[in-house]
Amino acid sequence: MVKESFSLRGVEFKNRVLVASGTFGYGDEVKDLVDVNKLGGICTKSLSWKPRDGNPPRRIVETPSGMLNSIGLANIGVHNFIKEKLPYLRTLDTAIIVNIVASSVQEYCDVLSLLEQQEGIDGYEINVSCPNVKEGGLNFGTDCSKTREITARLRPLTNKPLIVKLTPNVTHISEFARAVEGEGADAVSVINTLIAMAVDIRTKKPKLSTVTGGLSGPAIKPIALAKVYEVAQALRIPIFGIGGIMTTEDAIEFLLVGATAVQVGTANFIDPTTGIKIAEGLRAYAEQNGLQDVGQLVGALESNVAFSVLQSWL
Amino acid sequence: MMLQRIVPVTSREEIAEGIFTLSFQSKEISESVSPGQFVNVRSGDACLPLLRRPFSISRVLGGEVELLFNVVGQGTRMLAAKRQGDMLDVLGPLGVPFGFDGEYETALIVAGGLGVAPFPLLTTTLKRNRKTIVTFLGARTAIHLTPAHLENVQVATDDGSKGYRGTVVGLLREYLRQHQVSRPKIFGCGPMNMLKALADLAREANIECEVSLEGDMACGIGLCQGCPVERSSGKKKYALVCVEGPTFNSKDIILP
Repeated sequence: MVKESFSLRGVEFKNRVLVASGTFGYGDEVKDLVDVNKLGGICTKSLSWKPRDGNPPRRIVETPSGMLNSIGLANIGVHNFIKEKLPYLRTLDTAIIVNIVASSVQEYCDVLSLLEQQEGIDGYEINVSCPNVKEGGLNFGTDCSKTREITARLRPLTNKPLIVKLTPNVTHISEFARAVEGEGADAVSVINTLIAMAVDIRTKKPKLSTVTGGLSGPAIKPIALAKVYEVAQALRIPIFGIGGIMTTEDAIEFLLVGATAVQVGTANFIDPTTGIKIAEGLRAYAEQNGLQDVGQLVGALESNVAFSVLQSWL
Repeated sequence: MMLQRIVPVTSREEIAEGIFTLSFQSKEISESVSPGQFVNVRSGDACLPLLRRPFSISRVLGGEVELLFNVVGQGTRMLAAKRQGDMLDVLGPLGVPFGFDGEYETALIVAGGLGVAPFPLLTTTLKRNRKTIVTFLGARTAIHLTPAHLENVQVATDDGSKGYRGTVVGLLREYLRQHQVSRPKIFGCGPMNMLKALADLAREANIECEVSLEGDMACGIGLCQGCPVERSSGKKKYALVCVEGPTFNSKDIILP
């Protein structure tokens, strides 16, 4: 029997594959297609205090091996979530990580405090890195002192795992990772989408209504791997590796560079069963390679080059 | 109930210039589909293109499902190159069907270009429901017309190479001027500017009108939130084309 599970601040994740926020709704949309209980966990669509309409169309553009999105954090708001979605999520046998987004530090605190009073939530992922909204989101995520402040304010409010989702749209993501680790975050999620753009040459207009959006999918996987690697060198706390993971092989790469677990995102849009297929794939890979624990892959990268050498050109 | 299935291609035909039908075998999907619904299809198994492509279900023949599309980019080019026996990854049936069984007598079907795709199946269903059908079919030129499996077809072409010279909505306007239509309801699908003109005409003529929209969707099942259309009333600003549409009463939405 291969050990697939891991734990974070006392919360048991049955395997190392979660689904990323914003790519799996609130878990109920796909219950006909996916046995969600086979996932390591579900990160919900971002929740804010009040419902958000999101951005006007066009919100999605496909690009080579990737996609741009500018959804603008359309969500039902935390009150509707508690009423309409949480009862279903409570019935599931998988870790429920609620993703929180806000346009002020106080709003983050209010949403988390309200959720703390509910049953059935296993942890929180703090989104400080959405590139598609004017207020909050990336404004916070690219400001190291703000990222630090949000973590510091949220930490005393919960004893559950607090995960901060970081943006790659900064010079040194590891500085941000160190900052949130210093404030008591239990883990970081690396990476959110990259700011990117596409142009319609016929109309000479940007294809997205908001001009730029967030790039995801296989196109960003090599970047994401380098970011996870950078953060892994700097941190002791676990990393959720995210970015273009489509296959078991992709997930293994993330584990090897130092991710404790992975989140599958864009792949859910193409095949919502990707996460459970990868979880099965990791177990099979461990069996075939004589590992007792999938966790033996974490950080098992063999490299002759010291990170300090890499850092000089990063 | 939506299903994700790997199914064999049974036929592929070029029925007009650059316009193809592609059929696949799936008893389950064929038995559960209603007119106006769509399937989301992977063109290949690599990352180019990455996302599925949504297609209206055009016809159901026994256990086979037929799609109708034109080649616009890499995904549709790959689908147009499929051969009998090739396997296809299909997700469906998806979306809200046309409200075909209401209190009306005459269905006015209005199709612009490839917007004709959902109407052969709707026509079959309406005939079974003993509705009178008049179909208005518009295309740029005569070679792009696809009138198969429709009823009572009136044709419009932009260049006048066949039928009425002008838009398909212009043709419908003329028709309504000249005919007394008994308890009509409009079903429309086509380019956005055509649907806007159609919704305007429906409002002026006080005829109930359902339109089927295209959306830029990544998933087709409500996960990505990528395909909003503005609602004309209510608390929520947007509806999602994939799960709340693709068919809408034209009064309920604001076409962009």
